[in-house]
Amino acid sequence: MIELLGLEEKTYTLNLGPQHPSTHGVLRVLLEMDGEFITQAEPVIGYGHRGHEHMAENRNYAQFLPNLGRVDYLHALAYNQCYCMAVEKLLGLTVPERGEYIRVITNELNRISSHLLWFGAYLLDLGAFTPIMYCFDDREHILDLLDRITGSRLTYCFYRFGGVPMDIDDDFVAGCRAFAKRLRSRWSDYDNLVTKNVIFINRARDVGLITRDQCVKYGITGPTLRGSGISYDLRKSEPYSAYPEFNFEIPIGTRGDIFDRYLVRLAEMEQSLRIIEQACDKLPNGPIMAEKVPKRIKPAVGEVYQGVETARGEFGMYVVSQGDVKPYRIKLRTPSFANLSLFPELAVDTLVADLVAILGSIDVVIPEIDR
Amino acid sequence: MEQVAQLMGSAGARMIVGLIGVITLVSVNALFLILVERKVSGHMQRRPGPMEVGPHGVLQSLADALKLMGKELITPEEVDKPIYWLAPIVVFLPVLLSFLVIPFSQTMIIRDMNVGIVLILAFSTLAVLAILMAGWSSNNKYSVFGAIRSVAQNVAYEIPLLITIMSIIIMVGSFKLSDIVAAQSRYWFILVQPLAFILFIICATAETNRAPFDLPEAESELVAGFHTEYSGMRFALFFLAEYTNMFIVSAVATVLFLGGWQGPFLPGVVWFLIKVYAIIFLLMWFRWTFPRVRFDQLVTFAWKILIPLAFVNLLITAFVLKLR
Repeated sequence: MIELLGLEEKTYTLNLGPQHPSTHGVLRVLLEMDGEFITQAEPVIGYGHRGHEHMAENRNYAQFLPNLGRVDYLHALAYNQCYCMAVEKLLGLTVPERGEYIRVITNELNRISSHLLWFGAYLLDLGAFTPIMYCFDDREHILDLLDRITGSRLTYCFYRFGGVPMDIDDDFVAGCRAFAKRLRSRWSDYDNLVTKNVIFINRARDVGLITRDQCVKYGITGPTLRGSGISYDLRKSEPYSAYPEFNFEIPIGTRGDIFDRYLVRLAEMEQSLRIIEQACDKLPNGPIMAEKVPKRIKPAVGEVYQGVETARGEFGMYVVSQGDVKPYRIKLRTPSFANLSLFPELAVDTLVADLVAILGSIDVVIPEIDR
Repeated sequence: MEQVAQLMGSAGARMIVGLIGVITLVSVNALFLILVERKVSGHMQRRPGPMEVGPHGVLQSLADALKLMGKELITPEEVDKPIYWLAPIVVFLPVLLSFLVIPFSQTMIIRDMNVGIVLILAFSTLAVLAILMAGWSSNNKYSVFGAIRSVAQNVAYEIPLLITIMSIIIMVGSFKLSDIVAAQSRYWFILVQPLAFILFIICATAETNRAPFDLPEAESELVAGFHTEYSGMRFALFFLAEYTNMFIVSAVATVLFLGGWQGPFLPGVVWFLIKVYAIIFLLMWFRWTFPRVRFDQLVTFAWKILIPLAFVNLLITAFVLKLR
């Protein structure tokens, strides 16, 4: 028919974002489309660029601390922790045990809240409107708990060089236990509403397959990597803080599709609950701040790398000190940036609906990509 | 209205009274349904829904309607203007006309045509034309996407819908809606045709572009689909048409499967409305529970599962009728 009329087939460009309901912020994807199929996808990043790395060079060590909560606003405490640990390494400080435990508890709570938000927002991408309300209902309890000790609900800036500034009380510990119990009772709701839903399974199974080779090639980390069956989690492979003292597993997927990544994240929330409960049980007494933290942070000349496992993968900081009150250079290795680099390869030959599903399943946080 | 219509007697007067009644019903019904939808979704999502305007937010949709009337009617520069302006009217007209033949009770029916059900189906097909017009004229790729999807979806789901309705028609032997209701005086057809009812509800959901089949306006993919570029009352007309469409398919389902106005004690029209709103509640329940299906899965589902099932149902019905 097309030849008969002397017409020619053409591809066209579709501009997805930066203002689009499913790009979760200001990501722009330029799509080359053939009908509803994508032949080429090119993420255009930088709309949320604030120059955090440069800011670090212009302020002293402590002043940069609040910036980290704005890099990945969903798992701010892991970023806090990474920076504190890097500076502590430079200064040669040891955090007291109770301090480390408080860090672990708050950090894992934050991880669960991040995963819960992902769960809701992701289902919204797939067109289910209700799960996000259930998630926010649960997440609210975490925010209330963290609000009590950190003083903020989203962009936390809680850890300090050498420990934590506020001690937790029995109420907080009881609150954590109550929350763990509550969230456990909700898994069956989530399963019945989403995991067992035929429409969801059909949309998630065998879509957005990521092979192990691709993961290695692009430096994928986090649940996206573990969904493809590679058991790599910095909390286990390069243990830091108090994590070696807890008993938890690293859930992995088998096929590497969207559904596996979804299951991995759900299982990770359960593992985080386990860590929180163990930490609450074993919580030692003692100081929460290291003694002898210098008033003026001025590390000796040196370079240090510190990585932590965030809800999205490995976040690493490379801090170069030249013996000044300001860091000479800070490099942020953010997980979403690496994970997004795989996206153009995944998007080829998929439908727009799948593109949205794939983008959601690698769980990107835009300010963290743009930094 | 019933008495007035009987008093005046003549067909023309009946038509005028009917049309006024229908226009009132359509607008009040849409406002009511929007409120109900927000309340239903709210309670399904563990939140109260609108609470501010009036007691328990009952005046919320009225406030929304007033707000939409006050909005500027934006006509983007590059749109195909006549078609762009016509589309919201074209989408509304067939919906309005469908009310002509819907039997609210034994007497409350504007025109009891002998091709009633065919008329409704014909008009409901016209709605696709309006969506195509809106999508095409908007000169926006997302809108065109929505329009194309809508056409493919409606063509795919119209067929099983028609075949399903056919199995009821051959049981009754008439296209007249009042005859279909009258034939259910002993038992409702949902009891003898459960499969047909399920097929009809699925197709009706797809026909009205409701979740999980809301692909023409899939928010997370197409922003707002075919009505992305519309604002103010033009957008409101699309909205109004969607909810009125919901009312019509539910009314047809009531007539075909739930015995129309029939029921004990209460007047017929009350029974009719109770049944219609029960089905609308079901449709809302779907929307707030399911994720959206993917477009290829949607079309595959229609052609490979629904159409064969509908044919099987028709064949069995015909066979049983022949044996009797």
